[in-house]
Amino acid sequence: MATRLKDTDVVVIGLGAVGGVAVLPLAQAGIDVIGLEAGTWLTRRDFAPDEIRFNLRDWPMAVHKADGEVPSSRANASAQAFRGGSHPMMNGVGGTALHYWAQSWRLNPWDFKVVSETTRRYGASRIPKGSTVEDWPFGYDELEPYYDKVEYEVGVSGKAGNIKGKIDPRGNIFEAPRQREYPMPPLRGTAFIDKMSDVARSVGWHPFPGPAAINSRSYQNRSGCMYHGFCNKGGCHVDAKNSPHVTTIPRAQATGHLQVVTRAHVTTIEVDGEGRATGVNYVTDGMEYFQPAKVVLLAGHTYENIRLLLLSKSKAFPNGLSNNHGQVGKHYFSHHQGGGVSALFPFDLKSWYGLPAQGVAVDDFADDNFDHSGLDFIGGGNLWVMSDRRPIAAAGGSTWNRAPSWGSQWKAWIKENVDRSHGSYLQKTTLPYEDNYVDLDPVAKDPLGFPIARITAEFKDNERKVATYIQDKMEEWYRAAGAIDVSRGGVGGAMGPSTHAYGGTRMGDNPGTNVVNRWGLSHETPNLGVLGGSVMGTSGAHNPTLTAQALAWRTAEYLAKNWKSVAK
Amino acid sequence: MADDQPRIFTRRDLLRGAGALGVAAASPIGVLGNPNDTDHSGHDGSAALDEQQARIGVAPARETLETLTAAEADTLEAMCARIIPTDANGPGAKEARAARYIDRALGGALAGQREAYRAGLAALDRYATSSRGKAFHELSPIDQDSVLMDVESGSATPGIFAGSSATFFNLVRTHTLQGTFGDPFYGGNANFVGWDLIGYPGVRTMVTAADQQQLEKNTLKPNHKSAYDTEMFNKATVKLDLPTSAPEVANGD
Repeated sequence: MATRLKDTDVVVIGLGAVGGVAVLPLAQAGIDVIGLEAGTWLTRRDFAPDEIRFNLRDWPMAVHKADGEVPSSRANASAQAFRGGSHPMMNGVGGTALHYWAQSWRLNPWDFKVVSETTRRYGASRIPKGSTVEDWPFGYDELEPYYDKVEYEVGVSGKAGNIKGKIDPRGNIFEAPRQREYPMPPLRGTAFIDKMSDVARSVGWHPFPGPAAINSRSYQNRSGCMYHGFCNKGGCHVDAKNSPHVTTIPRAQATGHLQVVTRAHVTTIEVDGEGRATGVNYVTDGMEYFQPAKVVLLAGHTYENIRLLLLSKSKAFPNGLSNNHGQVGKHYFSHHQGGGVSALFPFDLKSWYGLPAQGVAVDDFADDNFDHSGLDFIGGGNLWVMSDRRPIAAAGGSTWNRAPSWGSQWKAWIKENVDRSHGSYLQKTTLPYEDNYVDLDPVAKDPLGFPIARITAEFKDNERKVATYIQDKMEEWYRAAGAIDVSRGGVGGAMGPSTHAYGGTRMGDNPGTNVVNRWGLSHETPNLGVLGGSVMGTSGAHNPTLTAQALAWRTAEYLAKNWKSVAK
Repeated sequence: MADDQPRIFTRRDLLRGAGALGVAAASPIGVLGNPNDTDHSGHDGSAALDEQQARIGVAPARETLETLTAAEADTLEAMCARIIPTDANGPGAKEARAARYIDRALGGALAGQREAYRAGLAALDRYATSSRGKAFHELSPIDQDSVLMDVESGSATPGIFAGSSATFFNLVRTHTLQGTFGDPFYGGNANFVGWDLIGYPGVRTMVTAADQQQLEKNTLKPNHKSAYDTEMFNKATVKLDLPTSAPEVANGD
């Protein structure tokens, strides 16, 4: 029998990128919050620049609840789901934001209105067959103040391309109007990044430095970035990466209204006979606790959010919490980040130092920034060239069929070429489809004996066409910069587990097709909020974190302003 | 308001008190997986000798083995030395002590592969003996290479290797690269020969714009340091996150 703990106003499940942000406006409004986090606190001293520890052995030091819960996956319902592989979902105060690349993009206005804008510009027939995509219940303008809020509260570096309609070609000319400049200038370039930027401009494109939740200079009394080259899957040794564990969470704690409970492994959300959430059950050190709360905010990774709802069965919700319309786990998709393009250059790139968020972007072929009239797909991709290299991975990289993989010839080849290859990062529009979803695996269980999530999803025709188109553009860019060889990855089959996982608790006005309403609160369980990528119905061509954080802030602010009606 | 700030324990405290503190149950991976929990700095008093030996092209004597048998180590060292040979382009896996890295790791992070090494190294020797008439480490480099080509292609498999010999080859190649190009903390990349080979200018905690410019002009001097030579990471301490406030239990429920 679980020990019943003292009541609180709000319990937040997960203190990662979104839960860790939502606690601040709540605590500042005087609402008492208990934040339950499966992992622990980590500090700067945990983040040595060590490729073996962080990139090869996958974060050995934190409590890894997520390791036992990596979803199984299959391409479609007739395939066998298999389990295996790792996933960088992180447990720790700050969550996956402890080690993420910290690219902090706003979505494009088109991403909020894919259905109506595509229909208006090209006709309804251009919505891909089988897609369940809907317009968001609001447009970009509704979210702009929250993007701005999070950019300043968390700290984002970048260069604005559109301030209140005034275009600045040093930034992204395709971005929607923002109310002011980024709080910090962009991260610095390198000779290679600057060269790629010049080349893009010379072929008529509009390159710009990408936005990052990484300090380009001292901000909020924390250091600027040290560019030491271990940011990819590494935490920051100077707290220049703006994970909530060094930004919003400490500020929320300082109000006296946030209590952080670490190593709390949440198992279920409880409801009463009327279908209202009453609190959550969690396990720590083998002891079971029940934390009662007036409002529950579910703020895990997409897979965790879906799974916890499906595991929380009750008389009021026999198929899982907030799932009486059968929408939990539906409209799932993961960002199409595959179909990569790599290049070999005849000169050293000098990219031993830097970070994945330091680079040059091209958005000319993202979203609906270009005319799709003569094309057979909708959406597009962001092209990203960054500075990221570590010695073991570099030495073990491709020899481009120009050398064997070991021995003296190999050694001579890598000595010459180890710093001459480059891999781009291409993020493409991905849509939800009626037969792509997440449910509970009927067989596989986590270490506590609960079913893990199961992904049934594959990239469809539209995604593969976008990928091929974007590969062509990336190859063009590399060739123009002098690449002597270019290689391409496959453009996509099954969607395995992804960091950029969307949907499953989609936001929208129609309870028949969406789990949460326009404020992020459940249609069926009015005092349950859901935060994270799981509420997003489209992906755009950019990393999801800033959008998920802006939505989280908005939900928390709504809750604070409407506390009496939501909490009752 | 919870006081969730981490406490610092010394390694000695940890080893002495882990059981009593319930550490093992709370975070077994955290304790066992932390590199600070070993003394394998790789930078003890023998460094000067190592450097001298490297300069005159003599590999250091084998260190005390931690996991492998002496016969296994003979075979493995010979295999590593052909994967990244010592040649006109300078020191290779032998000088980097890649086999030492593997020997140590097989007793720790790579323990799950210990059996694959036991079986694979024995099979490699069987194949060398049956096809070339000598144990692998006794063959000439040319014969060793021809054996390894068979192992890499999988053609050495039938009746000799339990799984595909190619799987074993790739396992050893992967770990030889780790032991040659990884942080010396883990026992390989001795005297930074791996990083020097590929021109990696070394682990730093700060890379200024001026450093980057020097790198681009080929004037940046290599930094011959392990990450754990840096003050903030080298203390023999392990951070633990123990609950500092018990959950508050409601009265009367």
